[in-house]
Amino acid sequence: MKRTAIVLAALMLFASAELCAQDAQINTGINKGQDRVRLAAADFKSLSNDAVLPPLLQTFNTTLFSDLDNAGIFDMVSKSFYPLEQPGSPNEMKLDAWNVPPPNTAMVAFGNLNVQGGELVVAGWLFDVKNSSSPLVMGKQYKGEATDASARSIAHKFADEIIQRLGGGIAGIAESQIVFISNRTGNKEVWMMDYDGANQRQITTLGSISLSPRISPDGSRIAFSSYAHGGPHITMYSLELNRFVSFPRFEGTNNSPAWSPDGTKLAFSSSMRGSSEIFISDISGNNPKRVTAFTGGNLSPAFNPKTGAQIAFVSGRTGLPQIYLMDADGTNTERLTDTGYAVSPSWSPNGQYLTFAWRRKYGPGVPGSQDIYVMDAASRKWVQLTFDSGVNDFPCWSPDGRHIVFESIRDGRAQIWTMLADGTQQKALTTAGQNFQPNWSFK
Amino acid sequence: MKISNFIRDHNVVLTAALAVVIIAGCGKKPEPAKPQTEVPKPPPAAPTASISVSPNSIERGQSAEVRWSTTNATSVSLNGGYVSGSGSQTVSPNDSTTYNLTAKGDGGTATDSARLTVTSTPQQVQQSKPPVISETDAQWFARNVKDIYFDYDKYDVRDDAKATIAADAAALIQKNWNIQIQGHCDERGSTEYNLTLGDERAVATRDALIAAGVPANRLSVISYGKEKPVCTESTEECWQRNRRAHFEIKK
Repeated sequence: MKRTAIVLAALMLFASAELCAQDAQINTGINKGQDRVRLAAADFKSLSNDAVLPPLLQTFNTTLFSDLDNAGIFDMVSKSFYPLEQPGSPNEMKLDAWNVPPPNTAMVAFGNLNVQGGELVVAGWLFDVKNSSSPLVMGKQYKGEATDASARSIAHKFADEIIQRLGGGIAGIAESQIVFISNRTGNKEVWMMDYDGANQRQITTLGSISLSPRISPDGSRIAFSSYAHGGPHITMYSLELNRFVSFPRFEGTNNSPAWSPDGTKLAFSSSMRGSSEIFISDISGNNPKRVTAFTGGNLSPAFNPKTGAQIAFVSGRTGLPQIYLMDADGTNTERLTDTGYAVSPSWSPNGQYLTFAWRRKYGPGVPGSQDIYVMDAASRKWVQLTFDSGVNDFPCWSPDGRHIVFESIRDGRAQIWTMLADGTQQKALTTAGQNFQPNWSFK
Repeated sequence: MKISNFIRDHNVVLTAALAVVIIAGCGKKPEPAKPQTEVPKPPPAAPTASISVSPNSIERGQSAEVRWSTTNATSVSLNGGYVSGSGSQTVSPNDSTTYNLTAKGDGGTATDSARLTVTSTPQQVQQSKPPVISETDAQWFARNVKDIYFDYDKYDVRDDAKATIAADAAALIQKNWNIQIQGHCDERGSTEYNLTLGDERAVATRDALIAAGVPANRLSVISYGKEKPVCTESTEECWQRNRRAHFEIKK
């Protein structure tokens, strides 16, 4: 519980009397009661002098190390501690060079790259260097095009294998995607990128204002809200067909779409019948059914991804927006936040926690800072993750439950940031223009 | 063509002229006994006329100043209308105009002219958009249909906005236009929540206008949340300017 203790200590430093009253023991899947595994990722070797290999090797090695470092479950040994001779295959592996200081590691990933018949071939191994009798944990081979994109993709795959094997069976996120809004072309459009900020690419070219993109559970569609035809209207883009697919243009303001985990229903906010209420329709927009009935605005629904049976949402029914919970049919509404200005709920994949944005002090003039919080949905106990660092909003949990991506305005410009679900290792993923409202794919 | 006519009182001019003659005459001493030689009177001084316009080229809708001056004139006219001997006038003709000054006096007639060139404003590239509303309509609209301002996180029409609602309604009732009411929010607060708040502001404004007599079928609403601010400073003044319902003619 070392890391949770550190988080608690940090909280104590920043806490007001109100915060101290909260029991901040929330276990968000980072280090479930054990020390992080010490892991080394040796630079893979090239097996031939093919001129194509050096840049691919560079991409592969950088990506592999990054993915393992980002995973949040390893204590990555710095490459400056590695032995001078590094193995490219099992018969070159000398366990005793790795299982003592300076590296003093428990696990080593190593291997080689080659180009054969125009194809990139990668062989990778994971060794438990403290187990001299049978160190082999895993051996894999991958083939792909001899391109940079392919080298990156193979590194992601190998990293995910290691993460799953050593991380208690939870799949790694190295191949997951983040959809978001970017205004770098002069208009707010829907964009997409790899989980680590690589491969940023434009999805829509509507030349209007696009907001709140949410990717479907199977990764085939993006639902979002757009002013391209007034509205704004819920708009559906098919990544498989590379075009828009039809969705009804309801009256009023239509925004914040959310997918049910089984991929059959869409919840969204609409003022089609007066004030903004939450509706649920099928994914083609048929038969929208209203599930809230309060004035003041109801919006930002999020289905519990484990059960699909509950919806977290935002309502201004008491004044400033607060986070609420209800059953998916609209019954059993409960309020979760007690003060301030709370918006943008997102569930952890195990359906136990909510992350959201909260300004605990809100009033005329300059409000207090807006930060990302995590709350246990059952006990209502919460933890603060960001502190005194800009305006933070739209947190979204990763599919491995270990990371949260969010929008942060620091130095006046909105960017997409990522962090571990305990608030550590915060780093920006975007820099061009301004970037908003990230949403993590389901796998 | 706009011509500003200043018609002077002829009598004053003539009286003044006469006075000049009389006074001039009174200045003469009675002639002593002299030889009977008749000294011819000097001929009356010829009038002079001078006119200018500045600037001498404007775009339609802009103004220029015409200035003129004359000497030794008993009757001065500008484009056919009588004016004082010297003066200036602001003009704003729709088309290019020549200003002709004529100064008549005992010594003859003098004329001068100045030309004011009026050019049209540059045409916008036509896109496939609704027809351009004529300038006069847009100017009238901006003058008579003012934005409604709201308190933070509120969408009810404030007491101090009720007079604006009444004035806006009175103006809108006079015209046949369809109006779009746009609800906006300040930069604080979250993108999605501000969409619903802007929606509530637009709806509250629409309802107030209907209550004041504007036909409901001419009013539509849209929320822009905090996506289209009119200013971006983080000050109370800018925040208030953004918390508004704004109106546009929808053709």
